[in-house]
Amino acid sequence: MQQAWDGFVGGNWEREIDVRDFIQRNYTPYEGDESFLAGPTEATNKLWGEVMDLFAQEAAAGGVLDMDTKVVSTITSHGAGYIDKPLEKIVGLQTERPLKRALMPNGGIRMAVQACRDNGYEVDPEVVDFYTNYRKTHNAGVFDAYTDEMRACRHSHIITGLPDAYGRGRIIGDYRRVALYGVDHLIEQKLHEKDDTHKIMDEATIRHREELAEQARALAELRKLGEIYGLELNRPASNFQEAVQWLYMGYLAAVKEQNGAAMSIGRNTTFLDIYAERDLARGTFTESEIQEIVDHLVMKLRMVKFARTPEYNSIFAGDPQWVTESIGGMGVDGRTMVTKSSFRWLHTLENMGTSPEPNLTVLWSTRLPEAFKRYCAKISIATSSIQYENDDLMRVYHGDDYGIACCVSSMRIGKEMQFFGARANLAKCLLYAINGGRDEVTGAQVAPRFRPVEGEYLDYDDVIVKYRDMMEWLAGVYVNALNIIHYMHDKYCYERIEMALHDEHVHRWFATGIAGLSVVADSLSAIKYAKVKVVRDETGLVTDYVVEGDFPKYGNDDDRVDAIAHDVVERFMKYVREVPTYRGAVPTTSILTITSNVVYGKKTGNTPDGRRAGEPFAPGANPMHRRDTHGAVASLASVAKLPFKDAQDGISNTFSIVPNALGKGEDVMFSGAELDLGSVDFKVADFTLENAVDCACEADASAREDALDRR
Amino acid sequence: MAPGSDPLAICGRVHSVETFGTVDGPGTRLVVFLQGCPMRCAFCHNPDTWGFGRAGAGDAGGPGRDMSVAEVLEAFERNRPFYRTGGITLTGGEPLAQPDFVGALFEAAHASPAGRIHTCLDTSGATFDPARPERFERALANTDLALLDIKHSDPAGHVELCGMEGERTLALAVELCRRRIPVIVRHVVVPGITDAREELEGVGRLIARWDNVVGLDVLPYHTMGVAKYERLGIPYPLAGVEPMDASRARELRSTILAARERARAARG
Repeated sequence: MQQAWDGFVGGNWEREIDVRDFIQRNYTPYEGDESFLAGPTEATNKLWGEVMDLFAQEAAAGGVLDMDTKVVSTITSHGAGYIDKPLEKIVGLQTERPLKRALMPNGGIRMAVQACRDNGYEVDPEVVDFYTNYRKTHNAGVFDAYTDEMRACRHSHIITGLPDAYGRGRIIGDYRRVALYGVDHLIEQKLHEKDDTHKIMDEATIRHREELAEQARALAELRKLGEIYGLELNRPASNFQEAVQWLYMGYLAAVKEQNGAAMSIGRNTTFLDIYAERDLARGTFTESEIQEIVDHLVMKLRMVKFARTPEYNSIFAGDPQWVTESIGGMGVDGRTMVTKSSFRWLHTLENMGTSPEPNLTVLWSTRLPEAFKRYCAKISIATSSIQYENDDLMRVYHGDDYGIACCVSSMRIGKEMQFFGARANLAKCLLYAINGGRDEVTGAQVAPRFRPVEGEYLDYDDVIVKYRDMMEWLAGVYVNALNIIHYMHDKYCYERIEMALHDEHVHRWFATGIAGLSVVADSLSAIKYAKVKVVRDETGLVTDYVVEGDFPKYGNDDDRVDAIAHDVVERFMKYVREVPTYRGAVPTTSILTITSNVVYGKKTGNTPDGRRAGEPFAPGANPMHRRDTHGAVASLASVAKLPFKDAQDGISNTFSIVPNALGKGEDVMFSGAELDLGSVDFKVADFTLENAVDCACEADASAREDALDRR
Repeated sequence: MAPGSDPLAICGRVHSVETFGTVDGPGTRLVVFLQGCPMRCAFCHNPDTWGFGRAGAGDAGGPGRDMSVAEVLEAFERNRPFYRTGGITLTGGEPLAQPDFVGALFEAAHASPAGRIHTCLDTSGATFDPARPERFERALANTDLALLDIKHSDPAGHVELCGMEGERTLALAVELCRRRIPVIVRHVVVPGITDAREELEGVGRLIARWDNVVGLDVLPYHTMGVAKYERLGIPYPLAGVEPMDASRARELRSTILAARERARAARG
């Protein structure tokens, strides 16, 4: 046994790479409360103060402090960078200077140039020349293969946000492997896998062998990155501080090489807690030192930044990185996965103030320890910075070692990855169905010339048939465009280090997404239960609608309209599944336009539910603003009726509540007065999502670090 | 069972339903606002619930809409998991203006096949009639918790503030005490009207009489109802009165409780 593993219970994880086995045999569930937690150390306060100063300088400089315009970022491209070296318990920056944004042109040189230019920087002409004339990018590859129809759909925004000019992200390396096994062992493993492939050199095998070679090479570069910082990543981490540092180096390598739309970090607290418990017992570290290391890691994660354009930021409402860390949940054996470290990570919000990053995500189960639930509620109320996801729902599909990429995409760590696919605008699709494939804003013929609706009033049976045809067409164009994108991304912008931290054979999810669901549901409900008169322009294009009478609206727990929303999701997913996918990836869809709903709405004309052209869609699976009139439970119940089996990439519901509507404080009951109600508590509303909804109470991605509590 | 006597079919006149009620009783609750209230409290933020409608008369019944006991229970049961530590609260308007509906609903809630539902009644007692207790028997027999609104401790002040006397409130408080139903007293504090020390102490002495009072919820007056008055074309009675500084709630509450303690100590 490795010396670094001294004190751990052995098992299969010693014989093969099996992090879950290591966790299950060694972790200590924690049912207690937060009283053990330690506040920030002097070093933490000082260091965080310096980081806050840097953030202030960055804001004062217009959002970007510095950009690299010459050195193309790789795992080993830059020398060591520090905030304040003697104070830092966890080290490593994306470039040699804090908040200096790295240059990553593999996704697309034009985007990289634009991102610099928009912030007042100019990329070195030699780099531009190289990536224009000598080294092809992902973006160039995609546009070589796109059809005219795909371009038209992209242009009209019926499909939006496609990762065809930027990194797709959403892949989570199992960074824990770096800590547990050390890089040398991981390289050995990859080379062994390469030796063992098929010997018949068909295209799939050749690609597989090349990828394994790239993965091994990336791991060697990771080892080198460690050397730059004076770390022996070649061997397993021998204590808590090293484990956190090793893990972070794995993640840092990924964010030095990939400017992905979401660069999530996985599910690490239960794993790391094993080291914390061992080292506390041995006296290697005190609680205060453990918390300090956690704080310093989280501080680094708050500093992850990418070079991006204002257009990109408008899709994502801010400059988010989606450094999602999944916390808690229940094990399949019934033990909770909550450990003391679950508290320590959430506690960073108290020690260093609120922050949208890292995106701390609690995997919520009704069976989580009561004290942990209360602590989550307390921190949520104080900071609005925790996201919640339904573990009881996802555990069924992904077991107990999955993590969340971005905001809701669940995948088993190191075993599953996904091809991120933005989303299709189903509200616009409905307008195309009504207009026979013409765009309601430009009048251009984008979709095939299907028969438009005729007459003065919309007829539900007529519209729904036309809508299904149009959805089928849209699913086809959409999935095929994504096939091109992911083929080219693998070819020109492959996630070497992230995939090196996966098993040899991974399960691939093919993530699609939909926007405008509540607009569609309400529109179809209006057509069915009220009367909707069309308004045409001189070319016969329907550009507006007059709704006569009232109709059931999604978000009020009314089955008449909720069933429509359910049906739309089920239908669209059926059409998506009918299209073959790149690398045999398994299609899923998500309903999660948490931030881009504004942009999608802007590009969509008047809709039959009475929504005006340009008005934002509701985020994710939310009901339209102010149309849910029966309170949050009814609203959530509508969302909960959506079929998770057809939206396995996640359903999000953004839930804001004013603190005063969150129950009474402690100043109501007389001391000692107990009501005979079992477990009634006046301190927090016991807010539990038990229905089949994957709910993300979203931390505001656009909020600045340490922003004050928001409504 | 004779036709028309099915308790699940009894209708109430309902203003609206809040499915995520967290401030009207413990836990997360289904809160039903009943239509109609005889009081005209100057600080009322729900003037749209004042007018009485006729239960069972459908669209012809005036303000509000009909909702049967069965419908309310159905709304609860379909989302029961959310209400694990909560229950149903009837408020208004004045729920005891429709005692038959309250009684039928609460009794059915207690007998729910899926499990007993905790019941909470938020009332000012404005329609309680101590001379005819039988009318309220079923409702009160099935009330697990009452939120009792004490508007003013002084009879004359009560009339001025609420447009009617507070005797019925006191009578209901006595009845709740007799029945040993736990009560949380709610008291809205309006600057310049009910925030004087003597008034606060009056409330403290008043509630000291009843041993079943388990809590006191001091509600700082707010002006969120103003827009509703404008929409309804009703002159706002407290125009010009500033909202109560919410941070003072604790201090105001302490004043009331101190008076309560003194009164209880004097009583022995």
